[in-house]
Amino acid sequence: MKRHLISAADLTRGDALLILDTAEELAHLADRPIKKLPTLRGRTVVNLFYEDSTRTRISFEAAAKRLSADVINFSAKGSSVGKGESLKDTALTLEAMGADAVVIRHGASGAAHRLAGWVRGSVLNAGDGTHEHPTQALLDAFTIRRRLMARRASTAGARGTGLDGLRVTIVGDVLHSRVARSNVLLLSTLGAEVTLAAPPTLLPLAVGSWPCAVSYDLDSELPKSDVVMMLRVQQERMTAAYFPSVREYSRRYGLDAARMARLPGHAIVMHPGPMNRGVEIAAEVADSVRSTIVEQVANGVTTRMAVLYLLLGGTEFPATGVAQ
Amino acid sequence: MTNNAVTDNGSWLIRGVTIPASGRQGEEQTSILLGSGSITAIGPDVDHPGARILDAGGLIALPGLVDLHTHLREPGREDAETVETGTAAAALGGYTAVHAMANTDPVADTAGVVEQVWRLGQAAGHCDVRPVGAVTVGLNGARLAELGTMADSAARVRVFSDDGRCVSDPLLMRRALEYVKAFDGVIAQHAQDARLTEGAQLNEGEMSARLGLSGWPAVAEEAIIARDCLLAAHVGSALHVCHVSTAGSAEIIRWAKSKGWPVTAEVTPHHMLLTDELAAGYDPVFKVNPPLRTAADVAELRRALADGTIDCVATDHAPHPVEAKETEWAEAAFGMTGLETALRVVQRAMVDTGLLDWAGVADRMSVRPARIGRLTGHGTPLAPGAPGHLTLYDPAAPAEAVTPAGASKSRNTPFAGMELPGRVAATFLRGVPTALDGKLA
Repeated sequence: MKRHLISAADLTRGDALLILDTAEELAHLADRPIKKLPTLRGRTVVNLFYEDSTRTRISFEAAAKRLSADVINFSAKGSSVGKGESLKDTALTLEAMGADAVVIRHGASGAAHRLAGWVRGSVLNAGDGTHEHPTQALLDAFTIRRRLMARRASTAGARGTGLDGLRVTIVGDVLHSRVARSNVLLLSTLGAEVTLAAPPTLLPLAVGSWPCAVSYDLDSELPKSDVVMMLRVQQERMTAAYFPSVREYSRRYGLDAARMARLPGHAIVMHPGPMNRGVEIAAEVADSVRSTIVEQVANGVTTRMAVLYLLLGGTEFPATGVAQ
Repeated sequence: MTNNAVTDNGSWLIRGVTIPASGRQGEEQTSILLGSGSITAIGPDVDHPGARILDAGGLIALPGLVDLHTHLREPGREDAETVETGTAAAALGGYTAVHAMANTDPVADTAGVVEQVWRLGQAAGHCDVRPVGAVTVGLNGARLAELGTMADSAARVRVFSDDGRCVSDPLLMRRALEYVKAFDGVIAQHAQDARLTEGAQLNEGEMSARLGLSGWPAVAEEAIIARDCLLAAHVGSALHVCHVSTAGSAEIIRWAKSKGWPVTAEVTPHHMLLTDELAAGYDPVFKVNPPLRTAADVAELRRALADGTIDCVATDHAPHPVEAKETEWAEAAFGMTGLETALRVVQRAMVDTGLLDWAGVADRMSVRPARIGRLTGHGTPLAPGAPGHLTLYDPAAPAEAVTPAGASKSRNTPFAGMELPGRVAATFLRGVPTALDGKLA
């Protein structure tokens, strides 16, 4: 594996499987009364968050703490960032404090990439602008594999298997979605057939070069989908004429009970959160047995533990051979 | 390479040089005698006892290069560049005249500011500085600046541009084009539809989609160029299109020229060599307005420059301090330096590819830009009696990696580390060297 995790494109199929399998091992930890491992004791992980994202930050924080790392939360608010310090100067400060890993969430695409050029430690991209959010894709892949591949595999869960042949439909604002970008790359690396379903205004013009199919018609995709992943729609997109109204968007691309009924019996419904109930997803869908939304949160901690463990080369964890 | 035994103060004899002429291969070596600010004689047997001698074997002589598009940043951003440092960079790059863009602080929208820039240029002495006047007050696109007053000032402004911003209002653009007919002016348009490029960061295409950078569509440039060509035809006045960056733009300009409309255009060295693929690492040294485009655009721009659809090369030299580029892509300033590398880039993109010969380079980098800028005394073919502006260039110098350190105050060259052929050996302004052997003279 590379030293940093910035894009899902950084991961080979082998890397991705190693992370998922490691996460599978770590998942057992969650069932124990004491959920902590000493593997990253003495290591420092900095959560550098330029955007408010409580759920992602606490997920990384819980992951690092369960591996016994020291965690420093650095949020843009109340820091020198408010006084106009550059990302580079912040990076040099973190470097001087001896950060072994920096988890960065930033509103600008490429911020994690830039940061990686200025620090010696590992950089984990926790979402950069409209570019990528690779750990979200990993936790989504982990969730899909647990739900849909474990049954197919003969024994011992889904370890070692990819997502070959699974049909995943990602619905909504692909143009501005870092979750969609990372998922298209990672899920296709793992062998899934990805289809993007969205109004044409919310797809990149050059989407034809991506390893996925594209559809403007959600209804025709549903009967053949094993997984439907709903993306959050931001209401402000309406003012930029991406679609006429939230109601119309919901009518054409929202997942309600009637649409859910068109899915195959085994299909699951995912959402990276936070949801706009009643917009891209109806409450009865979000709360149905098909929904993996709460599982995704739990799997997020496990998957991020695996990533931190593998990037930082933790010790004392009896896992498979870990390539650095 | 210079002989310092001086008896005739001020005369230079350039020996063994080749003057490129179109359609001729293996031109003969000759000598050029410079004196009293002019070329006094040319010929293989020319001699002048006491003249300083420059042995120019293997070098070619071009009429001094003219840049239609330079940001000298003074007044206002002397941390990025000054007239002194920017024109020094120009001299090292082979330029004898530059047009200083109006987006300074204060904006060059009054006779006072353009005269200040003009005088700073004279004081620096590295090359002639022709200020460009703003089209609208404060570049705000709302009200015409005093174009006539700037034209009548000591700076004798003829090129007007809101460069950095587009004159978006079609009525204002029409009036500006019409108004400058009275003093043979030209409006140089920065063609960029503002609405189509809100928040735009990178050419809209595969790279912008992959990198999650807001797309900058080609149509945002092409739609304005098409509109302005029609306006120029309607009022019969001169339009110059700045930094053409797309294949579609070249096609529209070719069409306008085929109608006989008074339209000219420029292309930058970086748009002739670099593509948006370079943004993959998010290094804002590759962030520029208009953005780097695709390889197909690059190929078409070269072809358009070769066939004369695009009249000239202009650098859009846009210096920025380090902190404006050592940042996130979206935060970073747009722009690249270019004066010191332009001729080498043109050799690589146009000459070494067989698209243009050196006579063509002289035409596209000196003769035509001087004509578009209404710049008398520059861009004159090398002949006895012509002004003593010339650039000596060694096209056979082995390719060397570009170093960011030069005369410019800024280091934001996108060519750093890239191997480029050729070397500017000397630049002469009014018969006097401004650069010799890679150093300021």
